[in-house]
Amino acid sequence: MNVRDVANLARIELSDEEASRYQEQMDHILHYVEQLNQIDVEGIEPTAHAAAVFDIVREDVATGTSISQEAVLSNAPQTAHDQIKMPKVVE
Amino acid sequence: MKAASLSIAQLRSAYAAGDLTPADALKSVAESIDSVDGDIGGYLSYDLELALKDAANADLSLPLGGVPIAIKDLINVNGHPCSCASKILDGKYTAPYDATVVRKLREAGAIPFGRTNMDEFAMGSSNENSGIKPCHNPHDLDRIPGGSSGGSAAVVAAHTAVASLGTDTGGSIRQPASHCGVVGLKPTYGRVSRFGLVAFASSLDQCGPMTKTVEDAATLLQAISGACDRDSTCLKEDVPDYSDAIGKDIKGLRIGLPSEYFAEGLDPEVKAKVEAAIKQLESLGAEIQEVSLPNTEHAVATYYVIATAEASANLARFDGVRYGHRAEADGLIELYKKSRAEGFGDEVKRRIILGTYVLSSGYYDAYYTRAQKVRTLIRNDFEEAFSKVDVIASPVSPTPAFKMGEKFSDPLSMYLADIYTISANLAGICGISVPCGTVPVDGKELPVGLQLLGKSFGEADILRAAHAYEVS
Repeated sequence: MNVRDVANLARIELSDEEASRYQEQMDHILHYVEQLNQIDVEGIEPTAHAAAVFDIVREDVATGTSISQEAVLSNAPQTAHDQIKMPKVVE
Repeated sequence: MKAASLSIAQLRSAYAAGDLTPADALKSVAESIDSVDGDIGGYLSYDLELALKDAANADLSLPLGGVPIAIKDLINVNGHPCSCASKILDGKYTAPYDATVVRKLREAGAIPFGRTNMDEFAMGSSNENSGIKPCHNPHDLDRIPGGSSGGSAAVVAAHTAVASLGTDTGGSIRQPASHCGVVGLKPTYGRVSRFGLVAFASSLDQCGPMTKTVEDAATLLQAISGACDRDSTCLKEDVPDYSDAIGKDIKGLRIGLPSEYFAEGLDPEVKAKVEAAIKQLESLGAEIQEVSLPNTEHAVATYYVIATAEASANLARFDGVRYGHRAEADGLIELYKKSRAEGFGDEVKRRIILGTYVLSSGYYDAYYTRAQKVRTLIRNDFEEAFSKVDVIASPVSPTPAFKMGEKFSDPLSMYLADIYTISANLAGICGISVPCGTVPVDGKELPVGLQLLGKSFGEADILRAAHAYEVS
């Protein structure tokens, strides 16, 4: 694994010091994780959830318990015109 | 009378006798925090004024009427900060709603009071990853309280809280409970709603009680359990009367000892304490037999693939856009990268990067799918074991609380300390840590916990066994 490349995918900027320290720690962890390759998992179904349940639905009605726009915006770092303000996305 | 030194049951008696009011209790808890917590660091904040407003309407006839409960700082309580002990949220986010567990606590009469310290976003086993401040073990301030619910355990142990809520993704309730000498219960996956908990690993996280007694754990679990229409993974399974279960004896209860959990790596003094506790259970009528969980050695590797994968997806929401820290930046991508770089600590960054890697194209099957298959094998081990026994007994942690800094620079050594707790999360089963004595280390007496694991929705079994042991 190249820590810098993956950090870029994860949208985290790393300093040189972090990149080299994480690289060493990550190599160590991945080496440990390699043990999973020695296990015979032929024909074994993967588990995504310990108690998988499907098609949980509720009545399609408004419950009136949503939080208000004001409450949502109160945590936003920057707002304008009752919306969250962002840097330009398309140049 | 110091309210924070009382159990839930004792505080309720004091209310009933008219010795205390909820407002007195809150002020008393605040005094205990002010006088003791400076050295411990169990709390990140508390808001006495808000709590006193809740206390004014307390209905003492309810099961938790007027009882203050400390809340791990990743659980949303309307109007309170919720920082997850991370710089990315600290001072920048106030919860605009109640988590379902908090709503249920309120419905049972409880008053959420105080935000407890933790490893940042629940990632860690020592509380050293708190992005705000360290938390110390009340039994030896040079040692870790455990993690990630280190604060929730420390405040109960230090008698600065009556009881608390923690969360457990790989042992984060049971391990700090063991290290601090309190009771901690991780419910079955799907027993308790996760709505309003800031997610770490969604298929593993569960919220549960941390208390002074098993009886209190039963009372708190009763209040927070049950289906939730805002968490589809929270199952519509009946909630039994847990307080009823703990009154029963354990004659004929079948308890299994997994040979893999008593093998190399277990501190001999911890082992002796746990074995003595098991002897005690046997003398109370339990039938002890050996069981095998052969895939135990692969649990830590499996966990760190699955948990980091889920974390990398869950923590994508912290991008500097809708809430939390936003860095100065020129464009959108730079805003994401700088906000996350400035806001997250080392362990969180490492886990997001590892999780991103195991989910990335070309590596997904080799790591993530494979880990999910091994997870099935680990589940199968438990299913096999629980066909023979009702409860599995083991240590919680291979050693007593270690020194602060001891494992900090070597993440893998920290991960390996979770060997006895992680499998329960992968299998989705329930577990409890109950104090089983102390061992002398460097002139201090350090607590040891006995872990009792139960089958899915077998909370009544483990509470019953833990209670029988506790009162014997």
